[in-house]
Amino acid sequence: MSWTRIRAIFRKEVREYQRNRSIVLTMAVIPLVFVAGPLINIFALPSEAGQQLRFEHILVYMLGIPAIVPAVIASYSVVGERTQGSLEPVLTTPIPREEFLLAKALAALVPSLVISYVVFIGVVVAIELFAQPGIASSLILGPDVLAQIIFTPLVAGWSIWVGMAISTKVSEARTAQQLGTFASVPSAIIAALIAYGAIAATLQLAMGAAVLLIVLNIVGWRVTSTLFDRERLIAGAR
Amino acid sequence: MISDRAALSVDHLSKRFGDRLAFDNVSFEVRPGEVFGFLGPNGAGKTTMVRTLGTLLTPSSGSATVAGLPLSAENGVEIRRRISVMPESPGLYTRLSVAENLECFAGLYELADPGPRIERALGAVNLAARAKDPCGTLSKGLRQRVSLARALLNDPQLLFLDEPTAGLDPVAAHDVHDLINGLREQGVTIFLTTHRLEEAERLCSRVAILNTRLQTIGTPDELRDRLFAKTLSVRTVGPLADPEHLFGGVPTVDSWRRDESGGYVLSVSDPAAAAPVLTRALVAAGADVLSIAEERQTLEDVYLELIGEDVEAGAR
Repeated sequence: MSWTRIRAIFRKEVREYQRNRSIVLTMAVIPLVFVAGPLINIFALPSEAGQQLRFEHILVYMLGIPAIVPAVIASYSVVGERTQGSLEPVLTTPIPREEFLLAKALAALVPSLVISYVVFIGVVVAIELFAQPGIASSLILGPDVLAQIIFTPLVAGWSIWVGMAISTKVSEARTAQQLGTFASVPSAIIAALIAYGAIAATLQLAMGAAVLLIVLNIVGWRVTSTLFDRERLIAGAR
Repeated sequence: MISDRAALSVDHLSKRFGDRLAFDNVSFEVRPGEVFGFLGPNGAGKTTMVRTLGTLLTPSSGSATVAGLPLSAENGVEIRRRISVMPESPGLYTRLSVAENLECFAGLYELADPGPRIERALGAVNLAARAKDPCGTLSKGLRQRVSLARALLNDPQLLFLDEPTAGLDPVAAHDVHDLINGLREQGVTIFLTTHRLEEAERLCSRVAILNTRLQTIGTPDELRDRLFAKTLSVRTVGPLADPEHLFGGVPTVDSWRRDESGGYVLSVSDPAAAAPVLTRALVAAGADVLSIAEERQTLEDVYLELIGEDVEAGAR
């Protein structure tokens, strides 16, 4: 494993994101759309609702952001290079596919984590400042914050591998992004079901989910590497 | 038979995509320091050959040695470390500057102290002044140059150039030719695919002609000699009185015919020996000679002859 090669792709990816308006816009708009509705509802809650909220885990809903944002980026990663013709020159260098994919995944993960944590902090601050008295203390619970910190990279990682797996199989960037977003929806739905009490949030569930996501991330890397078939990606045939 | 000394040895190599044969049973060698031309019509298998030798595609059968290593999946990383491939399409990151593109590839080759290497590569293609320009703003010719600079970064033992002048205007193509000539003078081994025959004739020490199967291989002169009789073209003010008697008396002339413009085309075994004898015979016969010249077939003639024969054979 060469971190020099991984760093080269990572830096290139980050530079491209910074200069790609559509990606920047997508990264900015998705979290806003995701939190705007729930925040308005939270601000409208009366103080008395606080007692009921103590038994819910509304903030877990925010894990939908690391589920969706990286999927959009990751699903573009391979097919984007393929359509602009830059995949072939990269594959003629000594970088193995595992390193190439890991670099791409890290480049999608880092901005996704930054966005997810920043938006989460912003939401927490907004609730503290603008919600009715008693609402913030009921909503912002230590275990939920810890869950957000731990699960954000795990959920984002899983979405990235799913997005990249799709990206290796399709031949059109827009299709890849649509499928990637669609594939990330189940993770967001599970987070929402936990947030609104349809799935009981327990320590065992959290630990089980964490272990499962770690395994899925490792498997996701391996499976995506297997799907990354140089021959098909370059010649369009097998 | 694969030679240890060759920069590239290909032995009965074939590549098939399902039912479609890209190239079949191809064998050749490229010597170190040689510019080797790989010619063929569209769809002949040239790009597939480059991709196969560049470890992007797996051969269906046969074997090869690339930059001293047997072509295999296990050797893929090491082979790619020793070679460079300039694909037909530059494939640059258009949002990144020229220098940033090269920086990325310097990292992929794990070059120590990449700054001077990048400067040197840009200097070699006369692009040092455009280092900070975004690649998306460059003309096609300049993008090809960046692509060539990228291919030079790792000082490759063997450089594959796939149609390096495709789509370029004559001035940009001339610039690329100059760059290739410069690399040849530095001793870089180059495998050049093209269907520009004048390009191959100008740049390559040897050429191979491929049309799924290898049609022929040799220096342009060898191919001409192999395919065409050597000829002298004779022009006179008026028709000769008795050409049969005159040409029949010159020992090195094998046969003769009149061409469309009224001149005479003579098949000879040795043009250099035949020309003086023929000149004397013409003068002695009282002919008013305008010119006597050796007719040289171009590589294009060779190519058309071979590819035409192949098409005809396929039609039969």
